[in-house]
Amino acid sequence: MKRAPVYEYLLITGIGVAALLIPWLLPNFITQFTFLWVMVVFALTWDLLGGQMGYNSFGNVLFFGIGAYACAVVQRDSGLDYFTALALGLLCAALLSTAVSALLGAGVLGMRGHYFAICTLGLGVAAGEIAGGWEYLGAGSGMVTPQYPGGIGERDLFYYFLSLTITGTGFFTLRRLYQSRFGIAINAIRDDEDKAEAMGLHTTRYKTVAWCVAAFFLALTGGAVGNLIGFIDPRDVAFSGATFGVWMILMAILGGKGTIWGPVLGAAVFHLTQELFWNFLFGWQRVALGALIVLIVVFFPQGILGWVREAWPERFGQCVDTDRQGGEETR
Amino acid sequence: MDNITILLDAPILLVQLLLDGLLAGAIFALAAYGMALVWGVMNIINVSQGEYVMLGGFVTVLLAEAGIHPMLGVPLVALLLYLLGWLIYRLVIFRIVDRDLFISLLATFGISILLQQLANQIFGADVRTAEGELGTSFLFNGMVTIAHIKLAAALIAVLTGGALWLFLKKSRLGQAIRATAQNARAARIMGIDTDRVYATTFALNAAICGAAGALVAMTWIIHPYFGLVYTIRSFMIVVVAGLGNLLGVIAAGLGLGAAENFAGFVLGVEYQAAFVFTLLVVILLARNLLLGRKRQYLK
Repeated sequence: MKRAPVYEYLLITGIGVAALLIPWLLPNFITQFTFLWVMVVFALTWDLLGGQMGYNSFGNVLFFGIGAYACAVVQRDSGLDYFTALALGLLCAALLSTAVSALLGAGVLGMRGHYFAICTLGLGVAAGEIAGGWEYLGAGSGMVTPQYPGGIGERDLFYYFLSLTITGTGFFTLRRLYQSRFGIAINAIRDDEDKAEAMGLHTTRYKTVAWCVAAFFLALTGGAVGNLIGFIDPRDVAFSGATFGVWMILMAILGGKGTIWGPVLGAAVFHLTQELFWNFLFGWQRVALGALIVLIVVFFPQGILGWVREAWPERFGQCVDTDRQGGEETR
Repeated sequence: MDNITILLDAPILLVQLLLDGLLAGAIFALAAYGMALVWGVMNIINVSQGEYVMLGGFVTVLLAEAGIHPMLGVPLVALLLYLLGWLIYRLVIFRIVDRDLFISLLATFGISILLQQLANQIFGADVRTAEGELGTSFLFNGMVTIAHIKLAAALIAVLTGGALWLFLKKSRLGQAIRATAQNARAARIMGIDTDRVYATTFALNAAICGAAGALVAMTWIIHPYFGLVYTIRSFMIVVVAGLGNLLGVIAAGLGLGAAENFAGFVLGVEYQAAFVFTLLVVILLARNLLLGRKRQYLK
């Protein structure tokens, strides 16, 4: 296991302190910051498969939606008080979503390339269509989550810290995973899956575990976001491929896929741009989103962090001095 | 499951469902043929496939509102979409032809969102249809109805597919396209301008999809968000039939049309789209299982 540089610890501490102070420093923007943390989870969990493992999933929003619905159903039917029901709901959401990903993973992750991508695309949309017709889940009119027992300000604060906790846990879990053998294994799968398998890695097992980790955190976020918005629409909130589903891909690539900080950076940049400029586009936001994807993917596929790494490779411990070939290589 | 009892009580309904399904399937097969063409020649899965179908449909609706019968509009729609396909190739696709799968998938996905949302902004999210009534035939004492426009649409789909097949087999450019599909590098050495071949292929695909969209607009309904379903249908058909297998594409297209129609009737219309996407997952899983069984190990 490689030791992280000192400035990374400083960065984490800085962000952590800022995150704890934000509700008091910028109380008017607390909802925006709550969504910023949600976006970070989206980008990080997408990058776990798309960036680190080389499996482009177009349907990760599936787990987000399962989480949102599972949590809401538990809250509606359990008859417990608000916080107990929410905790139980989040737990059930995470377990159900992880179980679904483990079940699907065994079959779906056996596919490669195009087939995996299109299959996940189909999974995400199919889930939305089924939820949109299922009476138990409120069908097309969606579900309303219970009212928060306290005041508005308290509610905002509660969900801010809830999403911050999920994001923090997710970030450190992934960071730890990437530093361990597991990270090396999924990177090997990305670089050459056949060789990785020939080296004795149980590739499908690793891939399924990675997908389960992504599903776990996405489901927690789904439960939190469903309650934060207060209303779960099958196609526009829970299984919303056109917004959340696309954003997670875009943010991970924009920041630099295959790194831990790239998705965080991408989510921050994207969310900031969105909050600042989106409203000036008057309904053309989604058109701009499509154009943005094409532009970034075609002209800037390495992302911000990838570009920085190309510009200053020595900062990343990559040796470009020809006399000292074979210097330490970081990933 | 009331609908199954209805089916058992009136088996003649089966004929109606089958007929409607097959007529729809001919159009699915046409769009799938275009996807197979781009996939085979350029090795790109065009996720924006369905959006050309959708745009072709909207152009037909506009033409119909201007007083042009949708059937006469088909060549015009194909021409317009050919130009659009050419433009998109010149703007984006030529940059991604030789790049890896990740980029081509995501770029066409972006184009698909772009076109879909543009159509939503320009034409509105309403459900539209092109009026082109031609009368209806009744069979079995009026138990089974066939709208002539659906027959005509299926006929046009078959003719377009046939013309395309002839073009690929006989014409000089068609031969160049097939040569590029076999081995792009060798084709370049033999003096084929592969860039032009790619452009033609992509534009042709858009034109075929546009024609399919015109047929959809005059037989059913269109709206800006139905593109993805057509992409998925095309992909499914190509996966089942295999690349470069015209008869397989036709058979799979007709089969999908019929299956979808039955499912829509038995499960209810609200689950028809869910059926398509679930079927995709099932087909891909089945394909994976079959491939897994063929995997060879050294002993």
